[in-house]
Amino acid sequence: MKPFRWSTGRVAAQSVLYALLIVLALVYIMPFLIQIATSFKTEQDAAVNPISLIPSPFSLAAITKLFANSDFPLWFMNSAIVTVFVTLGRVFFDSMAGYALARLHFRGRNVVFAGLVAVMAVPGVVLLIPKFLVLNQLGIFDSYTGMIVPLLVDAAGVFIMKGFFESIPVAVEEAARIDGAGTFRLFWSVVLPMARPALITIIILSFQGSWNEFSHFLVATQSPNLMTLTTGLNSLANGGLGAGTQYPLKLAAALIMTIPVAVMFFIFQKRIMNQSEGAVKE
Amino acid sequence: MTTAATRPRPTTGRGGSIRKGEAPAGWLMTAPMLVLLGLFLVIPVLMALWVSFSDWGGRGSPLESGVNFIGFKNYSSVVSGGGLAEQNFGMAIKNNFWYVIFVVPIQTAVALFLAVMVNNRRLKGSGFFRTAFYFPSVTSSVAITVLWLFLFSTSGAINKVLSWFSIHGPDWFNAPAGILHFGAQSGPAVLMNHSFLRVTWWDWLGGPSWAMSAFIIMAVFTTSGTFMLLFLAALQNLSGDLQEAAMVDGASAGERFWKITLPQLRPTLFTVITLGLIGCWQVFDQIAIGTHGGPSGTTLTPAYLSYQTSFGDGNWGQGSAIAFILFVIIILFTLFQRWVLRERPISKSRRLNPMPARKAER
Repeated sequence: MKPFRWSTGRVAAQSVLYALLIVLALVYIMPFLIQIATSFKTEQDAAVNPISLIPSPFSLAAITKLFANSDFPLWFMNSAIVTVFVTLGRVFFDSMAGYALARLHFRGRNVVFAGLVAVMAVPGVVLLIPKFLVLNQLGIFDSYTGMIVPLLVDAAGVFIMKGFFESIPVAVEEAARIDGAGTFRLFWSVVLPMARPALITIIILSFQGSWNEFSHFLVATQSPNLMTLTTGLNSLANGGLGAGTQYPLKLAAALIMTIPVAVMFFIFQKRIMNQSEGAVKE
Repeated sequence: MTTAATRPRPTTGRGGSIRKGEAPAGWLMTAPMLVLLGLFLVIPVLMALWVSFSDWGGRGSPLESGVNFIGFKNYSSVVSGGGLAEQNFGMAIKNNFWYVIFVVPIQTAVALFLAVMVNNRRLKGSGFFRTAFYFPSVTSSVAITVLWLFLFSTSGAINKVLSWFSIHGPDWFNAPAGILHFGAQSGPAVLMNHSFLRVTWWDWLGGPSWAMSAFIIMAVFTTSGTFMLLFLAALQNLSGDLQEAAMVDGASAGERFWKITLPQLRPTLFTVITLGLIGCWQVFDQIAIGTHGGPSGTTLTPAYLSYQTSFGDGNWGQGSAIAFILFVIIILFTLFQRWVLRERPISKSRRLNPMPARKAER
């Protein structure tokens, strides 16, 4: 490699590159900055100065109203309940099924796997009516059961886990097997601890997926008591909590519901960014 | 370790001591998945398929004895009934078609552009830029839609910025005019008097409405980061040899990009385009939250129309029929993608590629 020289043309090109990137980054970040600022504005300020990043006057009215005079805390709790159960369920069921499909030899395994691949092609959005029909038929429409159980397994997660188990050597398992460990003990105390990286991937995806889930709850529930942050904010966007545009209120609600996924994102940033990399390399 | 990993698995040893009990264990461990996917995916699809061929009106269960099989009637009233159902379906297809035409090329180009920009090894703060571009992808569709309604409101931030350049911004979410009509109220008679799916040729050619355009921009904003990561991964997997050879030969940066990098990125480009096509036909959340298909039906999409027809109007048969038509559209794209990306022993591009063929054999 030749030593790198900073010629004038080079410096100019670099400056243009940085300027362009900074402008682009601003375009991507600006909406969120405006959102944060507007959450602390009065309604009038938000209407008159929609673009200013400094609320004047600074107002906690929107946040106060959300927590004191609305169902927002209930929505938050419902979202948390659903997310916890769905994430636990997916970690457990996805890894179990993924392990069986990767490692255990049984007649029909290929058929099960082919079915899984077929199911993955079904677009979620055409399932809205079908899901409602079945929830209704089973008598679990408008209940926590109906909100949680259909989300407990996801085909993509099983697929990820299967791929992971196929990528690690079988030696450890076979040693444990020869020592007389049964399949379930083997899975629970040998295999799962080794699968930590893949399980974290599943946790990230399920957390993000169930926290942001909207259409399933829209068709699975009806009563205000079962509203989550997504369906709750939807009702707010469509005129709940009184007249007027109420943008500070709506944007504050949207902001607060974004915080958990944002925290998750920043903690696991490296892993999230590399995840899709791994998916393409195959 | 290595020997154990590469040793052929004793597949023939079913019933041998080490594989004893694997079949029951295998079924037991896949049982939760099979039951849940069967109950909430396979059976629902079959039930909805039945409903799309029935006259079920939403009362009780569609499996009760009073519900009749009416053949393709629901489908035909949607596709050629001559009534409002057909017109709505035509509008939905038209709107979604323009959405696809705009979103897929723009998001692909933007994602590729961003990836090439941040892929520069000497770039300082590339982590920051990646985070900035990717962050919109992790937020919920509801939160983003609410934010978009604010930014694109009549006196909102976007129109404020436009006014700095002396542009009088449109009334975005209340403006049903097609952007390709350029303000014209009506067109030549030949376009006004002929129609397809009860939507005039004039309207078909009008492009997305301003309201839909706001959603188009939102789609690019929220998905370009995800696809940027796909391109970035592909770029980092490319070998630098060809680039260096071209540099020695005096090829300019532009030439190197168009003639070397882009052809090498073909598989990823194809993945991004088809994923975009599949995703773009599923527009639902934004419409359900923001516009309910308005103004004047210009943000109706097949997905939302099927929801609205069933849950709103109680016409479950037609709603399910629309859902299945959409299903077929999306599945065709999916199958096409899988067919093109299927594993081939050696492809044309590999043969032309001077790089070692080992990777292709994997």
